[in-house]
Amino acid sequence: MIRLIPHPLLSVCLVVIWMMLTAFSPGHFLLGSAIALFAGWAMAALHPPSIHIRRWSVIPKLIWTLFFDILQSNADVAKLILTNGRNNRRSAFIFIDLKLKNPNALAALAIIVSSTPGTAWVEYSSASNRLILHIFDATRADHYHHVLSDVYEPMLMEIFE
Amino acid sequence: MNGFEGLPLWISIPVALLVMLGATLTLIGALGFVQLSSFYDRLHAPTLGASWGTGAIILASSILATYLQQRLVVHELVIGLCVLVTIPVTLMLLGRTALLRDRTENPTALPEKMRNSLDAEDAAQQEQEAEERAKQSSA
Repeated sequence: MIRLIPHPLLSVCLVVIWMMLTAFSPGHFLLGSAIALFAGWAMAALHPPSIHIRRWSVIPKLIWTLFFDILQSNADVAKLILTNGRNNRRSAFIFIDLKLKNPNALAALAIIVSSTPGTAWVEYSSASNRLILHIFDATRADHYHHVLSDVYEPMLMEIFE
Repeated sequence: MNGFEGLPLWISIPVALLVMLGATLTLIGALGFVQLSSFYDRLHAPTLGASWGTGAIILASSILATYLQQRLVVHELVIGLCVLVTIPVTLMLLGRTALLRDRTENPTALPEKMRNSLDAEDAAQQEQEAEERAKQSSA
């Protein structure tokens, strides 16, 4: 079973996406399943670290928090761009010490950081577990320190570790 | 002509607002991309278009299609998902490339703490600690 479907979660998601994009018919279900199966084998050949989701219940909370955070950051960054040149905005690099070690959790954190306007992931060292971010508005450095280590990191740890 | 004549207000107003919101954010992002002077600052501008710029437009499309076809239409969410998971790939690649370039060509433009890579700094620190330990054990 494990050798036939090495990544069940990925394969199920692919079938669902295939059905959503085409039509809900038995033919497309078969085709989608075949593609998902092959994709699972291709993925297995890459030997990625396996995903163990410990707590599913935290995921909606994470998405909900991120949704409003992105909305808020969009407004902030849009305002700063529109008043560019007239405000004394300075950007900065900030260093954050992470507790997360799980590569999948770090990938999720990368998505969170990159998709939130105002923060960009610049460098990460797995040896010291330190992360460098570039932030658009240097005055919000404390805010980002707080949000990343007190809000997102504990949630990701609950989900993945 | 466009098939939208019979559209009730309660559906057309939110759809129009969402499309306007998405388009405006994308425009502001593009504007920032042109205006901002540093490369790292410019990394932030397009994320406006990639997050709520895309989000609002696909939400509007989803609402409109759901109403017109009288069934739940969520294809657009797949687009959103793909955009969301591929943003970090390009942004991290660009950010790290810029950093590497600045470190090798123009390190004085960077803050002092940023001039060496994290891994190099860690290696140097470990070497220093090992030396100290060696000194202590020999003494």
